[in-house]
Amino acid sequence: MSQTETTKDLVLDLENLNVRFETEDGICYAVNGLDMKIERGKAIGLVGETGAGKTTTALSLLRLVPDPPGVVECDKMVINGHDMLNISIKELEKIRGKDISMIFQDPMTALNPVFTVGDQIAESIMLHEGVSMADAQRKAIDMLELVGIPGERAGEYPHEFSGGMKQRVVIAIALACHPQLLIADEPTTALDVTIQAQVLDLMRNLRQQYQTSLIMITHDLGIVAEVCDDVAVMYGGNIVEEGTLEDVFNHTLHPYTEGLFNSLPNINDRKAKLTPIRGLMLDPMDMPPGCPFSPRCPYADEKCDEPQVKKYVSETHAIRCCAYERPGFHIDRKER
Amino acid sequence: MADNILEVKNLKKYFKTKRGVLQAVDDVSFTLERGKTLGLVGESGCGKSTTGRSILRLIEPTAGEIIFDGKEIHKLSKSQMRHVRKDMQLIFQDPYSSLDPRKTVSQLIAEPIIANKLMKTKSEVDLRVAELMSTVGLAPRLFNTYPHELDGGRRQRIGIARALAMRPQFIVCDEPVSALDVSIQAQILNLLKELQEQFELSYIFITHDLSVVNHFSDDIAVMYLGKIVEKAPSEELFANPLHPYTKALLSAIPIPELGEKRERIIIKGEITSPINMPDECRFYKRCSYACDRCKSIPPLEEVSPGHFVACSCLDSI
Repeated sequence: MSQTETTKDLVLDLENLNVRFETEDGICYAVNGLDMKIERGKAIGLVGETGAGKTTTALSLLRLVPDPPGVVECDKMVINGHDMLNISIKELEKIRGKDISMIFQDPMTALNPVFTVGDQIAESIMLHEGVSMADAQRKAIDMLELVGIPGERAGEYPHEFSGGMKQRVVIAIALACHPQLLIADEPTTALDVTIQAQVLDLMRNLRQQYQTSLIMITHDLGIVAEVCDDVAVMYGGNIVEEGTLEDVFNHTLHPYTEGLFNSLPNINDRKAKLTPIRGLMLDPMDMPPGCPFSPRCPYADEKCDEPQVKKYVSETHAIRCCAYERPGFHIDRKER
Repeated sequence: MADNILEVKNLKKYFKTKRGVLQAVDDVSFTLERGKTLGLVGESGCGKSTTGRSILRLIEPTAGEIIFDGKEIHKLSKSQMRHVRKDMQLIFQDPYSSLDPRKTVSQLIAEPIIANKLMKTKSEVDLRVAELMSTVGLAPRLFNTYPHELDGGRRQRIGIARALAMRPQFIVCDEPVSALDVSIQAQILNLLKELQEQFELSYIFITHDLSVVNHFSDDIAVMYLGKIVEKAPSEELFANPLHPYTKALLSAIPIPELGEKRERIIIKGEITSPINMPDECRFYKRCSYACDRCKSIPPLEEVSPGHFVACSCLDSI
């Protein structure tokens, strides 16, 4: 995540990712020139609203974007030393689940209803570690206990578990082979707050234990503040602001990040009026030529109609916005 | 005496299931002052939506009294209820499934007006629809579009316009912003607030999102397994939560701020089954303060003006 990356131990090195979906109604530009670098052991929060391209970015890392209609173009995609762009399907299958794995948003649909949870965890262990089914089953029971489910429940089917428990099973599957990079796509959105707190606590502990790098996809800035080291804010298929938690939360520079924060109800001051971002989410079928946020941006002028380049304002803090350099530019973050 | 638009006394809704009786709402009582908002908070399955719907008699309560605007509506017949229901409306959670996909925006908004025979001629109806659209901030050019062409925020505006069409005094908002993105959520919350001032509306605001309810409500009632466990003015509840469940719930909200890390209370286990519940405190099995006194159901008692708690062990917490 920094300019001087030469010697850093990167788990993910992604340059100029473009994903578009060619549909009958037109071309949908889902991800547009995204760069991302993650150091080993770090957790990055990928934040944005519906349609920002967060999940599409994650799916392209696993090479799971459906083709057709999806077209993925990328200059460089290296995950844990594997060049993901020039690789056979067979090798890819070895990497998925072992080097990189993903926790999907909805635990209710991510599990196979006709297999026991023990079998589903053991499947991934057997495939990747070349052990017998019996050994894999034993390890599956250990994994279940690790995520806080009694081992004797390994023989039960997903419908016998509650939502929070199912999400724990999904986490157990994702972590079964100790992946170097874990992508969690809104892992707690379908859960209640108290269960969410349990799951986040579990993820934090497991990450410390295994030194797993994490991409946490979420729309909740509160979760990012709790789990992540770095933040990348996405809008219109690209990262508009990125940096450490301190950079983005306390030295916000991008107008969209400003808008996101000001839209949130303030828990300490209930009288404060919310300041929504004006206008609607952008239509990825109809992208403006310049900054994707310019139609909704209170600071936009004619310079924003040109494509925005990424600029570093400090070692760690980068934005795609030309407005912050103008004299008199001032982000209006409400006191919280 | 306060001008109460709604008074609910000992409301119960039980469902008979194969495995036994499910006590979805169990002995819930509260009042709502005119022009105010009561937030109903709790996790999935705690009975908040069932409470909201029982008040409107969209599902028939098993027992209890509902006094709306001076009328004892639990005694009314179905046809009498139809008249009263003009004054009490519901905004649904999911703007994607609550609108008929084959009707245009104007037809959707006109539907309640025509069904209740409020206007006679088509031009009158159209005029009213246009007025409602401008009230909720829908552009006139959307008059003939279909819901699938619109985003979630605009669809929720249609739902709000439909609720407002009857000029109600009271609206139950059932998770009105849960399906929306944060920037759109703020637009809808501001709209609901403006409408409340403009039309003197009273709301019951059902949600699982505590930061939203704090922003929106005058009073908050926290529900757990069919019962209200704590009820207080919003500021008081957030500043001084007393029930162990409320404390855990408040501490579980992720706050988008850096710096002081709060002490987090993690509740063990999961919500217990609402079927054939034993006569003990509903939170007994998950509560870290549980003791022998909790083996009977604690009553909801006033501990300071306006602040009610149902917990037997307050002194030992």
